[in-house]
Amino acid sequence: MIGLDYSSTGEWLRGTGPDGDVVISTRVRLARNLAGFNFANRADRGEKQQIVALAREHALGLAGRSDLLWIDVASLDALDSLLLVERHLISKQLARGDQPRAAVVNRDESFSLMINEEDHFRIQVIRSGRRAADAWAEVNRIDDQLGEKLPFAFHSRFGYLTACPTNVGTGIRLSIMLHLPALMLTKEIERVRRAAQDMQLAIRGFYGEGSEALGDIFQISNQTTLGKSEAQLLREFDEGVMPRVVEYERRARHVLVERRLSLLDDRVHRALGILRSARLLKLDEALRLLSHLRLGVQLGRIEGVDPRTIDRLLMLVQPAHLQKTLGESLHQAERAEARATLIREQLR
Amino acid sequence: MNGHRCDHCGEEATIHEYTPSHGKVLSETHLCEQCAHKLGIEGKVVKGAQELLSQIVLAKTGRRKSPASLACTSCGLTWGEFREHSLLGCPECYTAFEKLLEPLLERIHEGATHHVGKTPARAHLDITLRLSHLRKELAQALTAEQYERAAQIRDQLLNLSAAGEAADGPESGDREEAAPS
Repeated sequence: MIGLDYSSTGEWLRGTGPDGDVVISTRVRLARNLAGFNFANRADRGEKQQIVALAREHALGLAGRSDLLWIDVASLDALDSLLLVERHLISKQLARGDQPRAAVVNRDESFSLMINEEDHFRIQVIRSGRRAADAWAEVNRIDDQLGEKLPFAFHSRFGYLTACPTNVGTGIRLSIMLHLPALMLTKEIERVRRAAQDMQLAIRGFYGEGSEALGDIFQISNQTTLGKSEAQLLREFDEGVMPRVVEYERRARHVLVERRLSLLDDRVHRALGILRSARLLKLDEALRLLSHLRLGVQLGRIEGVDPRTIDRLLMLVQPAHLQKTLGESLHQAERAEARATLIREQLR
Repeated sequence: MNGHRCDHCGEEATIHEYTPSHGKVLSETHLCEQCAHKLGIEGKVVKGAQELLSQIVLAKTGRRKSPASLACTSCGLTWGEFREHSLLGCPECYTAFEKLLEPLLERIHEGATHHVGKTPARAHLDITLRLSHLRKELAQALTAEQYERAAQIRDQLLNLSAAGEAADGPESGDREEAAPS
């Protein structure tokens, strides 16, 4: 039992943030390691236990935080681990294996700390919508507090030291999660890919590295962590990539309404029709249809569907969520049926 | 544009590789995209970072004697093991492999080899030390007429100087990064 309310979503998936029609969420994470210990890939069980103990002592006592939950990831069953992965609170890498590892999360799920992932600590803050400065301010404050108690490995030339040299320096990864259905429908998504590549940014799917863009959801994140300050990176996102991508998507939505209304209406009403009547839905199909429905609601082409229900469903139709909600283990075919039933009930 | 021609075919070179050692440049290679491709050297940052890193490391190995058996005295990881998994073993590895890591970091991080940004409060880090290190490198690059490299170092110097000035004022870093009201 994890102590989280998995029947609703974290704050970041509630569509309350600025530019929430396109930018689902903004995430900032910092990679930190303790001086005097081997990195996690080379640390033995005893070292990892010590790191977990240090984290428990200092992270749970973070000032101004009375809502923190300690999760001993090593003792979780597979379903609970997957649930945390689906909620973007821990990574797939942390969910695997039998080594000592843990996570700290807060109740609204805007903060999580992973312990003994690729680095000893991965501190992350997620906010709904376009709120990079806000997310950075919070993660920076937590990093300061932890850094007062824990000696982070730092090099006069290379900055914060990380197991993989791709993260060294600031150790920062700023990611924005974007919903880009109109760019997919108008087949202009390449523009976003090119823009991201021009700016040395990575573009990935809903679940990060190696994942597909299910439900027309993409993540864009920085790759450079050395030679560029956190403030500079934030500026590049706030003034560069974010307004650009938001503008591309809104323009594509405008074009659909102005010039291709029958195509748009067909897609969004077809999506609602299938979601309200299908008896079996696989995950990728459900997410694709929910994406079109979300577009239809945002453009005012569909009325009577609460956008918050759609955002909640994006999470609840995931495999671990379905099984936790129903309280039983289901194989893939059973999940397709349970998923369709859940969606029909929610969109009634 | 720095005017270098491809070492192989004489066309305009777009991919430049410098191999530094002990603060000096050991060798320079300039290639056009086609020849780089033929030689198996990728010049574009388009793939996953981890994959890119292994590619760079692999591309490097055939082209200069890489001391695969060099080991970190703290954790025992060898350079060869690092090349295989792309993960370092402990914080000391950065000092043990500093010179070998330099060209790699340059490729991954848009030419940067020095940290700019936040420093932990308890480290009392000396920015002046890093500034003087960079100034030395800039002078060397200019002497060797490596203007592209010199421009990269100059940018890092400017960034670091700005960061240093910001750090001088109380909480000025926080003000700069605060959410707009």
